[in-house]
Amino acid sequence: MAKFTKKKSGDLPAVNTASLPDIVFMLLFFFMVATTMRETTLKIQNPKLPTANQIEKLDKKDLIMYIYAGKPSQRYQSTYGTEAKIQLNDKLADVNDIPGFIYEERATKREELLPLLTTALKVDGDTNMGLVSDIKQKLRDVDALKLNYVTKNGNAVEANN
Amino acid sequence: MAKRNAPEVNAGSMADIAFLLLIFFLVTTTIETDSGISRKLPPKLEENQPPPPIIKQRNLFVVNVNANDDLLVEDESMDLKDLRAAAVKFLDNGAGTGDEACSYCQGAKDPASSVNPSIAIISLVNNRGTSYKRYISVQNELVAAYNELRDRESMKMYNVPFTEMEKTYTTPGTSSSIKDKLRPKLERIREMYPEKLSEAEPKSN
Repeated sequence: MAKFTKKKSGDLPAVNTASLPDIVFMLLFFFMVATTMRETTLKIQNPKLPTANQIEKLDKKDLIMYIYAGKPSQRYQSTYGTEAKIQLNDKLADVNDIPGFIYEERATKREELLPLLTTALKVDGDTNMGLVSDIKQKLRDVDALKLNYVTKNGNAVEANN
Repeated sequence: MAKRNAPEVNAGSMADIAFLLLIFFLVTTTIETDSGISRKLPPKLEENQPPPPIIKQRNLFVVNVNANDDLLVEDESMDLKDLRAAAVKFLDNGAGTGDEACSYCQGAKDPASSVNPSIAIISLVNNRGTSYKRYISVQNELVAAYNELRDRESMKMYNVPFTEMEKTYTTPGTSSSIKDKLRPKLERIREMYPEKLSEAEPKSN
């Protein structure tokens, strides 16, 4: 019997953690590469996007122009009020500024890519359609016809009621 | 000169530093590709445009959304959840005969409803006060109705749902040989159930 107890009395060897930093660094690099920092600061409240399920993915991020719309965020409400506004790049704007914005964006892109440019609308679900259709009307005026309503994925009937 | 041993740097805290960075990037990472409903706007109106063709009432499916987000479909109020089925029923009616006959429609052939999916038009009328999320859900249901019918025909003809083929087609990595094979199929289905969704400019009341 003594033979067996003697074997068990040995200390557990410590797990070698020398490779732990390597593993962590690997993860770190993955997340560093996958991170996209937000380019524009939102001056409107982070839009609560509506839900839909008949959606397409927007690849080719460089070919997308974003137009945000919604209520101005808390600290801009004293200047701009609580009425829904649109945001182009970094500033709150008026609907009439859209054509200029589109032309500016087009000027930065290569000519052969121009027909592929898509306008993505990130609009808060509670915004009135009046504003959205004003935007659409302006986009039609400058022939920016490809449009995408950015939504979350989910059941539209249940989520938007 | 005396040979000096450089003291070894203690690397024990490296893991901690790495963890710190890791957690920072974990928190700030958003692996997101936006997705949404793609639409194409009609080109702007030209001067001296020919008058629009006359559309028979039976080939028109009018969806009206008012400022309180209520739905009025073909002059009857309707719940959002019934909209898809109603749109499918309208599009797939296929009551036409002769030149306008629809061989693949499986609808009720109601003489008061649409003749052929290729000339059936869904008209969406908004109010300026309609909320955006209601508008999106109505759009979504109407697109879903088209996709449902297209999937059905696609399954019958090619044994693959239309939406899946379209997805393969638009995925960036797809090789052009596969794309070339898919294109005629997609076009064929789109021809059978063309997406004729007309949007009127919203009214204000």
